[in-house]
Amino acid sequence: MADTVLFEFLHTEMVAELWAHDPDPGPGGQKMSLSVLEGMGFRVGRALGERLPRETLAFREELDVLKFLCKDLWVAVFQKQMDSLRTNHQGTYVLQDNSFPLLLPIASGLQYLEEAPKFLAFTCGLLRGALCTLGIESVVTASVAALPICKFQVVIPNS
Amino acid sequence: MAVCIAVIAKNYPLYIRSTPTENELKFHYMVHTSLDVVDEKISAMGKALLDQRELYLGLLYRTEDYKVYGYITNSKVKFVMMVDSSNTALRDNEICSMFRKLHNSYTDVMCNPFYNPGDRIQSRAFDNMVTSMMIQVC
Repeated sequence: MADTVLFEFLHTEMVAELWAHDPDPGPGGQKMSLSVLEGMGFRVGRALGERLPRETLAFREELDVLKFLCKDLWVAVFQKQMDSLRTNHQGTYVLQDNSFPLLLPIASGLQYLEEAPKFLAFTCGLLRGALCTLGIESVVTASVAALPICKFQVVIPNS
Repeated sequence: MAVCIAVIAKNYPLYIRSTPTENELKFHYMVHTSLDVVDEKISAMGKALLDQRELYLGLLYRTEDYKVYGYITNSKVKFVMMVDSSNTALRDNEICSMFRKLHNSYTDVMCNPFYNPGDRIQSRAFDNMVTSMMIQVC
């Protein structure tokens, strides 16, 4: 497998590139860039959702799919497992990563908190794409309380 | 050697190819009816509470001319393969390995950035792989 930093550098450049060409600093422009990043993550997630579970046997229920995301997908992309998975058993799952690799090099604590969402958009799309390939429509959002701890919230309607 | 191979997404086929190109409609119809059998097998497996489900579904059904085999991926994409009944030399594990090759090629198609998931498969590499699995007629 290629060195992990290669993906981190590429990701950093993607975010920087999208923000460098953004002449409209208002909320409208920012949202556009965030959804572009999310869209990229979505397409990558769809392909990964097809390729990674190839050797595993079929999933029996939703929770199995989420566990697969936390273990196999996270390990494949970030070389570590998700630190915690919580659910209310009604379609909402919270995945928490205590040292998210894409946020680690930025800061540790509250500095740069407003910039953090840009670096999470791609990963939200990644999760949403993988879930989509595995047959689950969902809405994925991310939140950061203090870098590098971040939480991804997956809401599955009509669960 | 297969007579007809189909890749089917949730409601519509992504790819169907059959070798004797006349009577194509008959093959399409048989693939369509085999989808019901696939659904039956999946729901039966779910109820049986096996530890995990296999991807290879085995022989779906058999007519006097053809045998139909099925396989489902984790993304609920179904592969259906029809084999001539007179071809008794083909064993189950050979069919299984043909499905695995199909699955690998399908995964490659998915990872192709020029392919939009949900479109018909137009990749020549996929076509060539399927050709290698189908019988040569004339």
